[in-house]
Amino acid sequence: MDDEQELTCQELVELVTEYLEGALSPEDRGRFEVHLATCPGCQTYLEQMRQTIELLGRITEEMIPERAKADLLHAFRTWKRG
Amino acid sequence: MAGSAPLDPSPLAASEDDRRLVEALRAGDEGAFTQLLERYHTTLVRLAMIYVTDRAVAEEVAQETWLGVLQGIDRFEGRASLKTWIFHILLNCARTRRHREARSIPFSAFWNPAAEPGEPAVEPERFLPADHPTWPHHWNAFPECWSGLEDRLVARETYAYIRQVIETLPLHQREVITLRDIDGWTASEVCAALGISEANQRVLLHRARSRVRRALEQYLREQ
Repeated sequence: MDDEQELTCQELVELVTEYLEGALSPEDRGRFEVHLATCPGCQTYLEQMRQTIELLGRITEEMIPERAKADLLHAFRTWKRG
Repeated sequence: MAGSAPLDPSPLAASEDDRRLVEALRAGDEGAFTQLLERYHTTLVRLAMIYVTDRAVAEEVAQETWLGVLQGIDRFEGRASLKTWIFHILLNCARTRRHREARSIPFSAFWNPAAEPGEPAVEPERFLPADHPTWPHHWNAFPECWSGLEDRLVARETYAYIRQVIETLPLHQREVITLRDIDGWTASEVCAALGISEANQRVLLHRARSRVRRALEQYLREQ
């Protein structure tokens, strides 16, 4: 592999997760950031990946249904006696 | 004496809070159990949905898990966090149920997702061809920026759509993206819980996230 060669956009999109996870080697991280600095398309792509991850983290937090809670607390009391 | 703080021998072990809850549970403290139910029950149902697609069955698996927690609480040693320990019980219950439904796909020690051909993160036709004189493999048209679409992004329908997309992912991708991105587990926690390497965890996460981004892009374009 030619280390001096610049990354292409098609290569960059496959490295995004390793980049965000901090798993790239210092050399690859450098190549990634050099490409990113001059490529508006890849900047948008990285931003979209960040937005996707943020959105996944916001998928609604539901509450435990009262019925399930009552059933489980009943089971707890039975367990405690046993 | 070195000036640095001692290294935590196992960052994945039970926390003080975990130990306190476990002690309370052993002592039959209903408040501690309620606290655990409120903290983890909906997560357990969501995780169970990875393995059994029916919501009612997932609810049963979560309930079975809690019974397993109570029955096993005396054996909790604190080598793993309470969350990981509860998840292991869930995994056993869910996989048993799945096995009964004869759809079991167990992890194999020799299974290596990186060696399997995965689909590319972005459709190849979005890039200029290899023989392009100046910009081979570069975008043929830049992706469109989502700024200005924030309202649409956080709409209830969008969340519902993302859930549907996740349901279509292969099982192992679904496990990793649910734990990492929806439930906010760390990479090490996911590796420990599922028994996979850091590298495999990243490959699965990458494929899953890329698929969700691609689906979102299409969804936003169609509207």
